[in-house]
Amino acid sequence: MATLALPGTETTAVSPVGRPARRGGGKGGKSGKAGPVTYTLLTLSALVSIFPLYWTLVAGSHTNAEIAGTPPPFLPNASLFDNVKLALEQAPIGKAILNSILVSGAITVGTVLFCTLAGFAFAKLQFRGKGLLLSLVIGTMMVPTQLSVIPLFMMIADLQWVNQLQAVILPTLVSAFGVFFMRQFLISALPNELLEAGRVDGASTFRIFWSIVVPVARPAMAVLAMLTFLTAWNEFFWPLIALTTANPTVQVALAGLGSGYVPQQAVIMAGTLLGTLPVLVVFTILGKQIVGGIMQGAVKG
Amino acid sequence: MTIASQSPREALITAPAALSPAPARTPARRRTKLTRNRWGYAYVAPFFLVFGAFSLYPFLYTAWVSLHRTSLSDIDGGTWVGLENYRNLLQSEFFWNAARNTLTIGVLATVPQLCMALGLAHLLNYKLRGRTFFRTVMLMPYATSIAAATLVFAQLFGRDYGLINTALQSVGLERIDWEAGTWSSQVAIAVIVTWRWTGYNALIYLAAMQSIPGELYEAAEIDGASRWKQFLHVTIPSLRPTILFTVVVSTIGAVQLFGEPLLFAGNGTTSGGSSGQYQTLGLLMYQQGWSNFHIGQAATTAWAMFLIILVIVGVNALIGRLRARADR
Repeated sequence: MATLALPGTETTAVSPVGRPARRGGGKGGKSGKAGPVTYTLLTLSALVSIFPLYWTLVAGSHTNAEIAGTPPPFLPNASLFDNVKLALEQAPIGKAILNSILVSGAITVGTVLFCTLAGFAFAKLQFRGKGLLLSLVIGTMMVPTQLSVIPLFMMIADLQWVNQLQAVILPTLVSAFGVFFMRQFLISALPNELLEAGRVDGASTFRIFWSIVVPVARPAMAVLAMLTFLTAWNEFFWPLIALTTANPTVQVALAGLGSGYVPQQAVIMAGTLLGTLPVLVVFTILGKQIVGGIMQGAVKG
Repeated sequence: MTIASQSPREALITAPAALSPAPARTPARRRTKLTRNRWGYAYVAPFFLVFGAFSLYPFLYTAWVSLHRTSLSDIDGGTWVGLENYRNLLQSEFFWNAARNTLTIGVLATVPQLCMALGLAHLLNYKLRGRTFFRTVMLMPYATSIAAATLVFAQLFGRDYGLINTALQSVGLERIDWEAGTWSSQVAIAVIVTWRWTGYNALIYLAAMQSIPGELYEAAEIDGASRWKQFLHVTIPSLRPTILFTVVVSTIGAVQLFGEPLLFAGNGTTSGGSSGQYQTLGLLMYQQGWSNFHIGQAATTAWAMFLIILVIVGVNALIGRLRARADR
C-alpha cells in the first residue's frame, strides 16, 4: 500500500471517489454466485456484529438478577426508559452529547478544509520541498497520537485549557490521512486544463480554489467528513486526559459511568446506549457511503 | 459511488461557469506560471502549523521530558536525570509485565482478526443479495466507540451477571471469572478488539480483492485450479501488500491498546487487574503519568512504545521488500 511505500511510488491509477461504481459483483476479482453456505456464514457474522449492540437494549432493561436468570431475557422492555433517566442523572450524558457534537463538528470542518487545501497543493501545485513535505505527511500517519500526549497535556495546562473543549478540538484539527486521501482524489479528478482555464481568466489563487477545486473535490470531502466525524466522536485517549466528567465528551462520560459506583449494570448499559445512539443513527443513514469511503480509502491508502 | 449528488464530471461542467467568461488566450505561455508557484506553501501551511504545534513538537518534546524527573505539579520544569528513567523502566517488573501482556493480547487480537477478515472479505466478494446490508452491518462495530464496546463486553463477560457465563452454565460448564484470570481476561480483551476491527479490515481486503484483474482467475480456471487453490494462489499473493498494510496498522493499534483494559474491570483502576494481569503499555503510561503523577517516567514508556512500533514497521517493510524482490 502506498501509505507504506516511498512517496512517488504510489499508484494513481485508482478511480476517483466520485466515479460511479460499476454495478453488481462483476468488478474484478472472482465473483461467483454465493451459495447457502456463504449466506449462512455471512448471516452469522452479521449477527455477531449486531448482537452486542442489541444487548445494550436488553441489558439496559433488566436488573442484574433478571439478566442472570436462566433463560436470560432476550427482549428489551419499558424499564429501559427508567434506566435511561437514571443514567442521565448519574452521568452528564446530555451535556456530553452536546459537547461531542460541537467537538466532532469543529474537527470535521477544520480537517476537511485544511486537508483539501493541502491535498490540492500536493496534487497540483509545484513548489520547492514538495516531495519532502509529502513524505513528512505520510510518515506522520505512523506516529501514534498517544506519544505526543504528555507535552500536549503540559501545553494545555500552561494555557489553562484543561477541561475546555478547545483542548480536544485544536490538536485533532488536521489529519495526515485526510491530506493523502484528498491528494489521491484530486490528482485524477481535477484536470490541469481546468486550473489553467481559471488562471487564464485571471482568477486569483483562492478564487480558483473555491470555484474550481472545491466543486470537484466535493464527493471526496463528503467521505472525509463522515470518516472524520466518526473518528472524532469515538476519540477516547486524549479527551480522557484533557477533560473531566464536569465537561465531558460522550466517551469521557461513558468512561466515568463505567468506573463510577453504579450498582446496576442496567444503568451503565442505558448510558452506553444513549452515548452510542447518535453515531448509530448517522451510521444507519449514511452507512453505505461510509462503507464506500473506507473501501476507496483502502485502495488508495 | 453515490456519495454526493454531483459527480466530478458534472462538477467539471458547472465549475467553469462560476468564473467570468474570458477571451481565449494561449494557455501554453501561462502554464509555467500556474504549475510553478509559491502558493503551494500557503495551501499546506495550515496543516503543517497545526501539525507542528500539536503533533511534531509534543512528540519530540516527549523525548526531552523523558530525561527529567517531572511530576504533574511541576509541569514546567523538572530535574534533569539523564537516562535514569530509562534505566528504571528496564528494571521495572511493571514494564516487562505490561510489555508481555501487550504482546500476548496483541497476538490474540490481531491474528484471528485478520484471518477472519480475510475469510469474510472472500465471502463478501461473491455475487450477493443484500451486499450493502452485509457490508454496513459488519462495519457497525467499527462505528461503536471503544468505551461503549468495552462496557457492553464487560457486561457479557461479567462473572455474576454476564450472558457468557449464563450460557456456559446452561451447557454444564463452569462459570469463569473472566476478569480475574490472566488468560481469560486477555482473551476477553482480545475479543473486544477483534469484534471492533474485523469488519473494517474485511472491507479493506474486499476493496483490494475487487481490484485483482479477472484474467488471473480465468487463467487459473483454465489450468483447472479449484476455488480454494485460486484463493491460495491468486487472491492471497495479490493481496500481499494490503495484508502487510493491515498487519502494520493493527500492530501499531495493539501496541497502544489502552481503553479496553482501562474500562474492562469497570472500576476505573489503571493497574490492569488486581495483579496487573491485563495491564498494557498504554495503560502503564497512563498510570505512571496520571495516577502516579510521574510524567517523566510516562514519557519514557511512550518512547519505548514508539521504538517498539518503529521496529515492527521496519521489520514489516523489510519483509515486504524481500518478498517483492523474491517475486520479481
